[in-house]
Amino acid sequence: MTGALPVSGSARVWVAIVIIGIATYGFRLSFIHLFGRIDEVPAGVTRPLRYVPPAVLAALVLPDLVSLRPTVAATLLDERLIAGAVAGAVAWRTERVFATIAAGMATLWLFRFVVFA
Amino acid sequence: MDGDPTDDGLADGVPAEGDGTGSDLWAGVRDVSPLMLGIVPFALVAGIAAVDAGLGLAEAVGMSVIVFAGASQLAALELLGSNAPLAVVIGTAAVINLRMVMYSASIAPYFADYGRRLRAGLAYVLTDQAYALSIAEYEENPERSRWRYYLGAAASLWVVWQIGTVAGVVVGAGVPEAWGLTFAVPLVFLALLVPAMKDRPTTAAGVSAGAVAVVAAGLPLNLGLLVGAITGVAVGLATGAVVE
Repeated sequence: MTGALPVSGSARVWVAIVIIGIATYGFRLSFIHLFGRIDEVPAGVTRPLRYVPPAVLAALVLPDLVSLRPTVAATLLDERLIAGAVAGAVAWRTERVFATIAAGMATLWLFRFVVFA
Repeated sequence: MDGDPTDDGLADGVPAEGDGTGSDLWAGVRDVSPLMLGIVPFALVAGIAAVDAGLGLAEAVGMSVIVFAGASQLAALELLGSNAPLAVVIGTAAVINLRMVMYSASIAPYFADYGRRLRAGLAYVLTDQAYALSIAEYEENPERSRWRYYLGAAASLWVVWQIGTVAGVVVGAGVPEAWGLTFAVPLVFLALLVPAMKDRPTTAAGVSAGAVAVVAAGLPLNLGLLVGAITGVAVGLATGAVVE
């Protein structure tokens, strides 16, 4: 195990940074590099790609807004979920990032510092 | 083109695009600027978390420059701070960043005509936000210079990310945690998600991915994100096949 090696302090941090950095750059470059070598992107690749943005964004967002609790009430009466719902409605009506953030943060603060305080 | 050993990736491979002025670059800078409201607190938190994990300024900035991927940086810092094995730190960060492969595949067709070096440089600054903005713009305004627009957005994010990290390290834990400024991060993703669900199959993809990610949030190594995303793509494909 790498973790059992006597790598400590700053060296440990730099090893982590460099390896994560190389792996991440590899992920970023992967298909951008590959598609320069092939003429036509196969339909089997392009069709699923259409669903990548909504799927990844939803999988990133929802766990930050919803935590499953023992009861439905406890799950729903969560300041993050309420703020997320308000922000989602604003995003849908306006399609503006700034308005979405402002509505979400204002709702979060309202419930955290006033309603649930 | 790429098989040609004389291709230096610079002289050729950048077709004439846009109007050749800086307007496409500035369009990227302009479109990404509202997102900075979500990025600045995120970068500040990355700096604060680095201090919490015992990193110095050089290490914190080194991480933001070399990794340049916020969610994975925060996860790695948390694990480094709790003395997790290096393999776990690296593995977790890598899994979180696996989604970059999907972005790379999605945006690659738009960069296919460019030279090798330009593509290598564009890949370095690929992020959730630069990807989402660019893909949307390419569909709406096909006449744009794709790499200039993308670079305007992506390089702006890079600069703000580095400055924000430094500010976070310097400020330390000065911002009260109760304010929950990091909540601005999911709000940014939400603002990008809603317009991405534009018809029945894409909506089905988003709803199913989100539901699975919530249920799978307890999985180790942040696998819930990947499992949710893969489920969403599968459901989107199935719904698309039925609708057609």
